[in-house]
Amino acid sequence: MALRKVGALNRLRLAALIPMLAVLGGCNLVVMSPAGDVAAQQRDLVVISTVLMLIIIIPVMALTVFFAWRYRAANKQATYEPDWDHSTGLELIIWAAPLLIIICLGALTWMGTHLLDPYRKLDRIAAGRPVPAAMKPLEVEVVALDWKWLFIYPEQGIAVVNELAAPLDRPIHFRITSSSVMNSFYIPALAGQIYAMPAMQTRLHAVINKAGRYQGFSANYSGAGFSGMRFGFLGLSEGDFDAWVAKAKEAGGTLDRAAYLELERPSENVPVKFFAATEPSLFDAIRNLCVQPGKMCMNEMMALDAKGGLGLAGIHTTLPLAYDKYTRRGGEAPFGAQPSYIASICTIEEAKAMLAQAPADTTPRDLTPMRGLGLPLPALTSRRPQSFSELLSQARPSNS
Amino acid sequence: MTSASAPHSLLFGRLTLESIPIHEPILIATFAVVALGGLAVVGALTYFKLWGYLWREWFTSVDHKKIGIMYMVLGLIMLLRGFADAIMMRIQQAMAFNGSEGYLNAHHYDQIFTAHGVIMIFFVAMPLVTGLMNYVVPLQIGARDVSFPFLNNFSFWMTTAGAVLVMMSLFIGEFARTGWLAYPPLSGIAYSPDPGVDYYIWALQVAGVGTTLSGINLICTIVKMRCPGMTLMKMPVFTWTSLCTNILIVATFPVLTAVLALLTLDRYVGTNFFTNDFGGNPMMYVNLIWIWGHPEVYILILPAFGIFSEVTSTFSGKRLFGYTSMVYATVVITILSYLVWLHHFFTMGSGASVNSFFGITTMIISIPTGAKIFNWLFTMYRGRIRFEAPMMWTIAFMLTFVIGGMTGVLLAVPPADFVLHNSLFLVAHFHNVIIGGVLYGLFAGMIYWFPKAFGFRLHPLLGKFSFWFWVVGFWFAFMPLYILGLMGVTRRMRVFDDPSLQIWFVIAGVGAFLILLGIVCFLAQIAYSIWKRDELRDVTGDPWNGRTLEWATSSPPPAYNFAFTPVVHDNDAWTDMKRRGYVRPLDGFRPIHMPKNTATGIVLAGISAALGFALIWHIWWLAAVSFAVIVVTAIAHSFNYHRDFYIPAEEVVQAEDERTSLLAGSRA
Amino acid sequence: MASSITAPQNGEAPVFYLRDEHPHPEGHSTPLGFWIYLMSDCLIFAILFAIYGVVGANYAAGPAPKDLFDLPLVALNTAMLLLSSITFGFAMLMMVQKRVAATQIWLAVTALFGLAFLGIELYEFHHLIHMGATPQRSAFLSAFFTLVGTHGLHVTFGLIWLFTLMAQVGKHGLIAANRRRLMCLSMFWHFLDVIWIGVFTFVYLMGMLR
Repeated sequence: MALRKVGALNRLRLAALIPMLAVLGGCNLVVMSPAGDVAAQQRDLVVISTVLMLIIIIPVMALTVFFAWRYRAANKQATYEPDWDHSTGLELIIWAAPLLIIICLGALTWMGTHLLDPYRKLDRIAAGRPVPAAMKPLEVEVVALDWKWLFIYPEQGIAVVNELAAPLDRPIHFRITSSSVMNSFYIPALAGQIYAMPAMQTRLHAVINKAGRYQGFSANYSGAGFSGMRFGFLGLSEGDFDAWVAKAKEAGGTLDRAAYLELERPSENVPVKFFAATEPSLFDAIRNLCVQPGKMCMNEMMALDAKGGLGLAGIHTTLPLAYDKYTRRGGEAPFGAQPSYIASICTIEEAKAMLAQAPADTTPRDLTPMRGLGLPLPALTSRRPQSFSELLSQARPSNS
Repeated sequence: MTSASAPHSLLFGRLTLESIPIHEPILIATFAVVALGGLAVVGALTYFKLWGYLWREWFTSVDHKKIGIMYMVLGLIMLLRGFADAIMMRIQQAMAFNGSEGYLNAHHYDQIFTAHGVIMIFFVAMPLVTGLMNYVVPLQIGARDVSFPFLNNFSFWMTTAGAVLVMMSLFIGEFARTGWLAYPPLSGIAYSPDPGVDYYIWALQVAGVGTTLSGINLICTIVKMRCPGMTLMKMPVFTWTSLCTNILIVATFPVLTAVLALLTLDRYVGTNFFTNDFGGNPMMYVNLIWIWGHPEVYILILPAFGIFSEVTSTFSGKRLFGYTSMVYATVVITILSYLVWLHHFFTMGSGASVNSFFGITTMIISIPTGAKIFNWLFTMYRGRIRFEAPMMWTIAFMLTFVIGGMTGVLLAVPPADFVLHNSLFLVAHFHNVIIGGVLYGLFAGMIYWFPKAFGFRLHPLLGKFSFWFWVVGFWFAFMPLYILGLMGVTRRMRVFDDPSLQIWFVIAGVGAFLILLGIVCFLAQIAYSIWKRDELRDVTGDPWNGRTLEWATSSPPPAYNFAFTPVVHDNDAWTDMKRRGYVRPLDGFRPIHMPKNTATGIVLAGISAALGFALIWHIWWLAAVSFAVIVVTAIAHSFNYHRDFYIPAEEVVQAEDERTSLLAGSRA
Repeated sequence: MASSITAPQNGEAPVFYLRDEHPHPEGHSTPLGFWIYLMSDCLIFAILFAIYGVVGANYAAGPAPKDLFDLPLVALNTAMLLLSSITFGFAMLMMVQKRVAATQIWLAVTALFGLAFLGIELYEFHHLIHMGATPQRSAFLSAFFTLVGTHGLHVTFGLIWLFTLMAQVGKHGLIAANRRRLMCLSMFWHFLDVIWIGVFTFVYLMGMLR
């Protein structure tokens, strides 16, 4: 039912596009003629919304010009009613007309936003072509670096800087993060953008339908090298894609943690670079800000926090920062502490050794007098772990 | 305390000779021009012995009219700076193709687009809007001044102190390179160690104090100082929109203050609010700053809507159509403006339901806005429209703004926003509503109330030149940006690699040049009108056949505005008075109770600027001293209980007699 | 006056201006203006509370509220501030009765309680920082120090204002301007009390339960 409605509106869309195309025949309006199904549906929404709004905008503009001309002071023929200032019927219309348009547009927005939610798995490759049940999406992990893009292909085991390729008509599932500051991952021909944020992960589902080379870039200003943060996106046939992967494999080199930390350093206008192999958990380490050895991962930290932190013993688990990522572009707060990071708890022995340094502080104070004898701990909080090994066994990384 | 890499002296903090950008020829030239211009002004003021006059009659004045005019002057001066930034960006983007780097390096270009946004919003639009409200609102409600006249003077100087800090960043150090909202972590100490972001923070904090206080002041004025008979639903629409705007100011600027304070703590003390690590969350900043940022847009546009209402009604010679629905529309917009902030970052990855909610609330705002447009339309309907400059700006607004509104609603559809967010389409959209709405409104308002403020009209012909250059220039400058946005071009780019884009940037550059001519014509219009002021003189106090109280008094109004407090019976109070045989009182004048001028405002603001400068450059002793001086000065000021005086009856009689003879002369 | 400003119905010219001086006595907007200021200040605290709500459990694998807070001390602190509010109330009662000396005495008692509150708060901060639980250690601690510290800063300025007003009352007595100022400070002081109750509840009590 909804599909038929969209079909009818599609015809409307084409009608509206004709004059635009005539004017702009010369230039490549990639947003209006994308090569991926998601972007195409987003384009449809742009066009339908515009047409809906023009229903009211055009009469308003016409009336403005007409009234301005008709009731000019020189035109003494026109009616002049200096005290006419109210008409209930007219006021009903001027509130109801925009309201109706907004109701239509609101319904369209609700539907479109849910259907085109970047986190939603694709159910079609193109109009009328559902995703085959057996087809698994291509997994790509995206990292915005200063100032280039890193794409990791976990299935293929390869990694590429500043070039992205995908086979035609196969859904792609991007997991996106950033190493330092916020960027926005955007390939206009493929699908709408989504932010790449440090210590966070966003997702995007998309599919490319036409072979070709398209532009991708960061759409959110991220510092000096921002303008050069562009990459090519290749829509390739199955065979070409395999050849592209093979080319990466031939290039050699492994993107392990050390290579990543080298790559991560700020650089501008970086040429395409292939890595034949990657360390398997690299993306999760990047996302959790713990590529550098010895640093506690964000998910570990969050799991510990959910259990109530590490208590007073945790105060001193920070170590001075030797790795310079956080001071590379910058300095430090004049009244702040030395740059530091939270040490990861590598082994239980280490953790126990650390605990032993401050044994007196770890016993919780007896707060019963203040809390009142009859008041039990709320059920929401779990019992405080009695030992580190118990705590670590509770702290399961929850990266679903 | 400080890192070894950054030099820090006890006397000058981190300010060194290297902080002065002598290696930037563009900045040196700018400095030379500004210094020469400044010297010329200072020289002229000294030669004509105007310093004492300026100090006594303007800088220390608590008269809302003079403060209003000073706000306008500040806004127009800063417009020149903001526009200079704009045209530099246009030239850079038109040049930087085919491997050319343009003429600006990233360090400079990134400061320019940040400064352009900050200056245009905080130091052009805000002062101009506040200035008009300051000037007009007390007159429209039949009051003699605002509720807190000293606070008014202080607010103005705080805004100016903020502007001074921004201007300083041009020649001492640098401005932020973060974009106008300074999102962390980019604006955090780890990625922006330079004083640029500190200039940003302290300029906005100092100016923000002024804005908040002026908001409180104007709310009190409108609530408490209305003349007898002026019930809420008999207030002029501009006063209504001012009330809503000031409520928005008071209800949102504290959010900005708080969020910038937290960023300050992150940068100075090393707290972890918006850092990546240690449990901080940068997206919290993005949410909070837009909780201020979106209402800010309505803070600017609502007074413009008020101006259009006054202008349309006056120049159509007709009561405003649908006054009640106009008022309700304003109030609805005020409330809804709080419920839409997330539409500025749909691409953050919120769920579809959250995005839809904010998308739909955004669209709902277009309903009252649409109703307003219709109300203006039907005010014109069956009117007798005189196409004076304010009315021309209004019609240009109606034709331009609806397009901006349409693209705005389009951007409120989340999937559409995914493809257009942060693109030049977005840039075109908000310039479309801010230029086509706020700025056109301000021009209409400035020309409309200019004769009230100065006693002579602006020259119409140059005004028409200015109008057409602006309107045509706007279309040339921003329609290409819409197209570029659809071509997938993102904002804040410095260089481009696709040569097919260049033509559009060149067209946009031509548009910017036309707007430059528009600004030049506007300034020329003011200068020419001052020269020819005797020919353009308005002796009636009512040059446009106005409808509201401000036109009932002389142009310019006396210090006390109204010799007797007016009594109002109708929305269009002055039309009602004219129609029902109002006779101007000629005798029985009494001494009038007025507030005294004071230098405390300018002194406090000056020291606040020093405090800001000290904090920016980590000159801790100066920060401590200036903070202590601020506290002591404020306390000392509170020991002064004699803040008012009486204008003697003879002076009132003299002023009113002068007006009587002028009026008699105009009738003869 | 109300009758004189309504338009006469029988066709004679209506009243368009008042011959008498306008009815806006000096300072009549001040209470409203001060209320609006308080609400804007309240918004700043609302933001700080919201921030605390968002990052208040981000301990960065460090200490949590129950490791750090000493509730008996905070309860004592709360008592100091609440008592200072009561004594300020007494001062206002004396002010209404125009008893200068009694007003001054109650203001002084209020100041003492205020100073005690500040002293205890500073002791708590010093203790925490000494332990290593600095504002830099985690987002939770950043939010905690900022929220509580901002309140403490307000109390500090309230005290400066209080001493200023005591000097002014001593100099000029309980004139209208001084009564207005005392009324404003009273609103400010009680406002800080309300904020503190929020801090005590959401930060300390609920922090211990978390």
